[in-house]
Amino acid sequence: MRDLAGTLSVIAIAAVALLTLAVGVFGLRISRTTSDFYVASRTVGPTVNAAAISGEYLSAASFLGVAGLIAARGPDMLWYPVGWTAGYLVLLLFVAAPLRRSRAYTVPDFAEFRLESSAARSTSSVLVVLIAVFYLVPQLRGAGLTVQILTGAPSWVGAGIVGVVVLVNVAAGGMRSITLVQAVQYWIKLVALVLPLAVILVLRSGGVHGAIHRIHAADWGSDWAPGGHSLYLTYSLIAATFLGTMGLPHVVVRYYTNNDGRTARRTTVVVIALLSAFYVLPPVYAGLARGYLHGSGNTDTIILGLPSAVLGGQLGDVLTAVLAAGAFAAFLSTSSGLVVSVAGVVGQDVLGRRIDAVPAFRMAAMLATVGALVLTAASSGLSVAHAVELAFAVSASTFCPLLLLGIWWRGLTGPGAIAGLVAGGGLSVAAVVAASVGATATGFLGDVLAQPALCTVPVAFVVMVGVSLATARHRPEHVARTLVRLHTPEAIQVDRGGFRARGSME
Amino acid sequence: MFGRRGQFGSQADRTTFRTLHTASLMTATLRDGLSRTTAEQSVRHMRTLVSAPAVAVTDTERLLAWDGVRSAHGRHAADLAHEVSTYGAATVVPHNRFDCGDAQCALRQAIVAPLSVGERVVGTLQVFTQQASAGRVRAATEVARWVSAQLELGELDSSRQRLMAAEVKALRAQISPHFVYNSLTAIASFVRTDPDRARDLLIDFADFTRYSFRKLGDYTTLEEELSSIQRYLVLEQARFGSRLGVTLQIAPEVLPVTIPVLSLQPLVENAVRHGLAPKPEGGSVTISARDLDREAVITIDDDGVGEDPERIRRVLSGDATLDSVGLANVDERLRSSFGDDYGLVVETAPGAGTRVTVRVPKYAAGVRP
Repeated sequence: MRDLAGTLSVIAIAAVALLTLAVGVFGLRISRTTSDFYVASRTVGPTVNAAAISGEYLSAASFLGVAGLIAARGPDMLWYPVGWTAGYLVLLLFVAAPLRRSRAYTVPDFAEFRLESSAARSTSSVLVVLIAVFYLVPQLRGAGLTVQILTGAPSWVGAGIVGVVVLVNVAAGGMRSITLVQAVQYWIKLVALVLPLAVILVLRSGGVHGAIHRIHAADWGSDWAPGGHSLYLTYSLIAATFLGTMGLPHVVVRYYTNNDGRTARRTTVVVIALLSAFYVLPPVYAGLARGYLHGSGNTDTIILGLPSAVLGGQLGDVLTAVLAAGAFAAFLSTSSGLVVSVAGVVGQDVLGRRIDAVPAFRMAAMLATVGALVLTAASSGLSVAHAVELAFAVSASTFCPLLLLGIWWRGLTGPGAIAGLVAGGGLSVAAVVAASVGATATGFLGDVLAQPALCTVPVAFVVMVGVSLATARHRPEHVARTLVRLHTPEAIQVDRGGFRARGSME
Repeated sequence: MFGRRGQFGSQADRTTFRTLHTASLMTATLRDGLSRTTAEQSVRHMRTLVSAPAVAVTDTERLLAWDGVRSAHGRHAADLAHEVSTYGAATVVPHNRFDCGDAQCALRQAIVAPLSVGERVVGTLQVFTQQASAGRVRAATEVARWVSAQLELGELDSSRQRLMAAEVKALRAQISPHFVYNSLTAIASFVRTDPDRARDLLIDFADFTRYSFRKLGDYTTLEEELSSIQRYLVLEQARFGSRLGVTLQIAPEVLPVTIPVLSLQPLVENAVRHGLAPKPEGGSVTISARDLDREAVITIDDDGVGEDPERIRRVLSGDATLDSVGLANVDERLRSSFGDDYGLVVETAPGAGTRVTVRVPKYAAGVRP
């Protein structure tokens, strides 16, 4: 990469990092200071909250990884963006409103609420940490690759920058990233992706028609490497992404900000719309990359090379810097959300019994970040999008059965849930670890290691149901009341037992 | 006590330990009172204690639980209970009074012992046996007496809870008479000069009282508590005018947090009444709520006259002779909802204003039935 692009990108990345730090440090001051109660006590609306969820959710995989995978491996990879959006459809239909009505802040909270078992809570806490760390690794890896390709620095530099910024931010008191800031992040990422694309389309490809022509002209029919069991791989990818979204730690906590079940559903609908709009862009980048770059280079950084390859000159360098800034915004926002989730769990459930809450939280954040950095260095060259999808596979094999059965089946017991979490979590984590260290196998076993979800999700469901049936007398004492609370809309006045829902005053 | 099994004392010791263990298994259940569920859970332990072929537990009207052979006799238990519960001591009833038509029936006699709480008979323990020896009758009577004692303790627990609930209710109903008088006077002063404002104030007053008298449930959201505080402050501002300033700094993420009803309003009222009202030039109250991941931290600051820390300590430790009943009550309710880590923190000194900090977890396992 040429010097100017490198310099501009470094400036852009530094600006994004400093901006993130500044918001973290001065975050509280921009929360509303007013003497107007009406303004101060207005809750976050579905639109803002949806933008915040999308802003935190769109990670390195969505910003860089997807386009690269589609360019390298063809239209089959479109299931990534489709699945990452459709996961919210499952969330909308089966989970969003009941989860909000449970008033749980995290999945471990939900486990404790529904199963009345602290063992189930602890098991879920361990899984939250694992999922978040698996999700964190590709973010750091993406950051490393981005910095490497733009400046030639070794890959640990980029990962280190993200790690330090996130840590400083979390330690400086920006503990929970502010909803409004995350909402703005979504629009920054969208613009950072739209702007270069628009310039390329208008200047070089003869507008949208030219681009479509070029995408058609690109050779989509050959040189993919589908593998022997590609149908299994596709279905497994669909299972992981459709069912994994509902258990992601940094997504679940955002639902707490919703006012009630109804707002939670509305928020989810808006999220689906926002993500759909965003995910139109990576495939277009992929098409252009096939047309102009002919599939060369590292898949994860293909789109960073596109502006220079198409336009060249200073304009290309500026647009590369814009993309780099957007990518860093993606790394930082997702990583902060994840580190905060891990730190919350570790700080409260592990360290919190021995030391004060705030130092425990900071120490836990430090441990999580350092652990993820070490894992990033140790893991092999898994593509960013695939690594993220493996985190989804773990979530789908554990929290998906816990949430779906917990909400929709009164028979779920504490021992049953724990057995299912251990079975699904154990198998999927084993597969992820094997894939991360580069272990491979031949034939079907190799495919299962690459995409475990289609095997591990049914196993988790079967174990959870089977053990629950066998331990039916361990059903939680208040299960009937719990389900009433989960499923009754807030406006209907029933005895929820000790808790009065909003808006039912008379 | 912690020796190996073989060194566990004599035969008699072991019998005692076994008996005590069986009894302890029932304790927690029986504390919940006499119901079908608790009777079913404890009846087999009672049978172990009296070692009889069958045992029944009834309330004064019907059979609650049966353990042992020939459960067809269960339908007679209610009749036996009805008879005995009217007069008090254990009685032995022969088979012809609960005839099942089977001459070979192993249950020849029934010992019916009353279960009572205080002076009131609440049910019976019925022991069915081949031969009601004096020892059996004695055992049945003792078990019935022990069960009665547990039920009585349970009653005590629940009456203590009722008392606490009543206390909370009393406090809730206790909007300070000064506040009612002052508000109405302030509103009256606007009736001629600014009728619209007077009308708005009256509506605020009505809404505030409705929130304060609320019966349903003990919990609300921070959002609703804040709107009640707003009505309170509007009414106080009508009286104090520009002497009372208010600043809010609220992170919207914590508005859905669950808190006990009226756990913040008394703190604001305290700040106004004890902090700002005695200060001639007035001052301002700052209410802030911050988001600390799993917790929300709410602080109420005033730049008023402050207070002697020693006095606050006495108030919080429950000295009822002092004027700040609200403070101790809020502290008590926060602790009983969220645990002892979540009490009030008060920072104050004479002339230095007061800051009250409340921490609230976003999710608390106890905040449910």
